[in-house]
Amino acid sequence: MRDLTQEILELIRRTSSDLPADVEERLRAAIEKEAPGSAARGALETILKNVELSRQNSSPICQDTGTPIFYVRHPEGWSTRKLREQIRAALAEATARSYMRPNAVDAVYDKNSGNNLGGDDFPYIHFEEVEGDELTIELMLKGGGCENVGAQYSLPDNRLGAGRDLEGVRKAVLDAVHKAQGQGCAPGILGVAIGGDRGSGYIKSKEVLFEKLGQRNPDPKLAELEERLTREANQLGIGPMGFGGNTTVIDTKITGLHRLPASYFVTVSYMCWAYRRRKMTVKGEEVLYD
Amino acid sequence: MRSVNIPISDEVIRSLKVGEPVNLNGVMITARDAAHKWMVETFIKKTRPPQGDDLDVYEALKPILNGGVIYHCGPVVSGLATKDYKFVAAGPTTSIREEPYQADVMRHFNAKGVIGKGGMGAKTLKGCQEVPFVYFHAIGGAATYIAQSVEKVLGVYKYEFGVPEAIWVIQVRDFPVVVTMDAHGQSLHEVVEKDSGKVLAELIA
Repeated sequence: MRDLTQEILELIRRTSSDLPADVEERLRAAIEKEAPGSAARGALETILKNVELSRQNSSPICQDTGTPIFYVRHPEGWSTRKLREQIRAALAEATARSYMRPNAVDAVYDKNSGNNLGGDDFPYIHFEEVEGDELTIELMLKGGGCENVGAQYSLPDNRLGAGRDLEGVRKAVLDAVHKAQGQGCAPGILGVAIGGDRGSGYIKSKEVLFEKLGQRNPDPKLAELEERLTREANQLGIGPMGFGGNTTVIDTKITGLHRLPASYFVTVSYMCWAYRRRKMTVKGEEVLYD
Repeated sequence: MRSVNIPISDEVIRSLKVGEPVNLNGVMITARDAAHKWMVETFIKKTRPPQGDDLDVYEALKPILNGGVIYHCGPVVSGLATKDYKFVAAGPTTSIREEPYQADVMRHFNAKGVIGKGGMGAKTLKGCQEVPFVYFHAIGGAATYIAQSVEKVLGVYKYEFGVPEAIWVIQVRDFPVVVTMDAHGQSLHEVVEKDSGKVLAELIA
């Protein structure tokens, strides 16, 4: 089996330092929506300068290089044990090269492992066997500031008057955006899972964030709710960094899951503007990056 | 843009108003969750006896913090093996986690500025008026850009907290911030939260 450690290291470098084009475009478009001379506009201008600089220097866009979340889809015959070892080796090397901050802290003994490896679950790696002959590795880096403002609601919610329907979902998500204020590094991107259990809700609300901005859920009801939530979240006026302004959320992505009859969870994963996600594809001898 | 030199006098602090962009110059420290907890438990509430080099570090921090600035930041630092430290990426972390500690720390050390992101709450705002000090907002996520304002890493304390949580002493030049909580009881964060709360109430009515 081929050793992909160097190629994965390159994936990590790109993810940490090179913001995807679809995100950068949205941020650039947002500048024009903020008043000249406003703190909100200044924040977006600084953000874009930083995006260019990080790309030039191969340095982290954000010092919080987050939880590394890997999704590996491999054809039959690959060893997931070896792939795991390669991902971990690449991550430790990326940390030594300052593409990544040492971010794995033992929660019981308060000790930072120093190399981004901690137990079996840091980094988070999801493996899935797929048809065909291409192997893909997707990586998302999700910082702690935005992770901390993620929220899960169990409907009905009396305080919000939110029942067990899409109208209730809408109320819960808007409440989460209001609670987050600027603390998740707005403008943000919302990943929403409806249903599931507490665990699957959070996992799927992050998974949906791998999709391109502007890509709508194929279910027209959910597609409509995605657009409405982005629009209404922006009406809140929280703005970039919570300075007040017109761009609070740049997109919303919703996924519907099955649930138990007794449970109706709405799970919101808030992604900061530093929406770092990249993909590599291994096709025969070739390795392509998005 | 207005430049402010560290250490900062009370007079300058009182002249700063919410919304004002400022460039900071001078020596400051990074301190976040572990450092704030350590300072409060060991030297302010004294619920934990000093251990190891705690007292030496305390004595070293006192003159830096008198009139000084605390930066809520967990940087990416290169040169760890050779101790030839350089800040590679150094944006602000979310400040609200230090809400239980901040005002007490500022009062204890007579510190004049906090830099972070997301703003802080009522206890800190009250402290801003009493001590006095101000809250400077840096742009969250703009880590490479902000690291360029860090001219020099002068030293590090409590390295055992881990690189993000250690207390780094840094010299900065033209460090860009905006005042979002001032010494007159004004908080941009309070205003935005209240206004967006009114809109939320309408949207979910």
